[in-house]
Amino acid sequence: MGLIGDAEGQEIRARLSEMVHPVRLIHFTQELNLEYGHEAKQLVEELGGLSDKLSTEVYNFLLDKDRVAEYGIDKVPATVIRNGKDYGIRFYGIPAGYEFSTILDTILAVSKNDSGLQPESREKLAAITEPLQLEVFVTPT
Amino acid sequence: MSLAYRFAMENDLIRADAIEASEFPELSSSYRVYAVPRTIINKGPYVEGSLPENFFLDAVLKTFAPGEESKA
Repeated sequence: MGLIGDAEGQEIRARLSEMVHPVRLIHFTQELNLEYGHEAKQLVEELGGLSDKLSTEVYNFLLDKDRVAEYGIDKVPATVIRNGKDYGIRFYGIPAGYEFSTILDTILAVSKNDSGLQPESREKLAAITEPLQLEVFVTPT
Repeated sequence: MSLAYRFAMENDLIRADAIEASEFPELSSSYRVYAVPRTIINKGPYVEGSLPENFFLDAVLKTFAPGEESKA
C-alpha cells in the first residue's frame, strides 16, 4: 500500500508542475537496525514518482562508501535534494507531516534555482566567508 | 528548516541539515534539544524557535560571528 494516497498524490503533482529544472532526491538508508528506514525510503521513492522532473537514487549507507563520503552523510535515513549542483541540503529522518510540505517547497526552490529570499538576505549570506553548518531539529507534527 | 535550506542555496560555504529529532534521540539529547525547531550553528550555539526570514538570519549571523554582529 502506498504511503501517499491518490488524492494527496494529485495535489503534490499539481504543486510539482511548477518545477523548472530536474531535481534529484538522493536517499541513503540501511536494511537493518533502522526503525523507520523502510517507510522513509518508500516515501522518497513515491515522491520521486510524482513528477517527470524528479528522480530518486537510493544508496546503502554501509556499502556505498564513496557516495556516503561524497555527500558527507553521517547518519540514516538521509535524503539529499539537489539539481545539477549540490547546495548542501540534507534531510535526516522521514520527511512526513509538516516537514513533507517543506520538502516540496525546497524541491521547487531547487528546481527553480532560486532561494526566494529577500535581496538583503542574499547579500548578507553572500558575505559569509567561513563554513557555516545549520542543523535544524524538527518534528513531523 | 525551509529557511536554512534557502540559506544554503545562497552560499557554497553553507550547508543545512534538517534532523527529525525523535528519530535521532541520542544526537538530540547530546545537543540538549528539548523544544523544536532548534537550529544548531556549527555544532555549538543555537537559535531557538521559528522566526521570520530577517530575524532568523540576523540571529544566525549574530551567533555565527558574534564579534561583528552583536553590536548591531
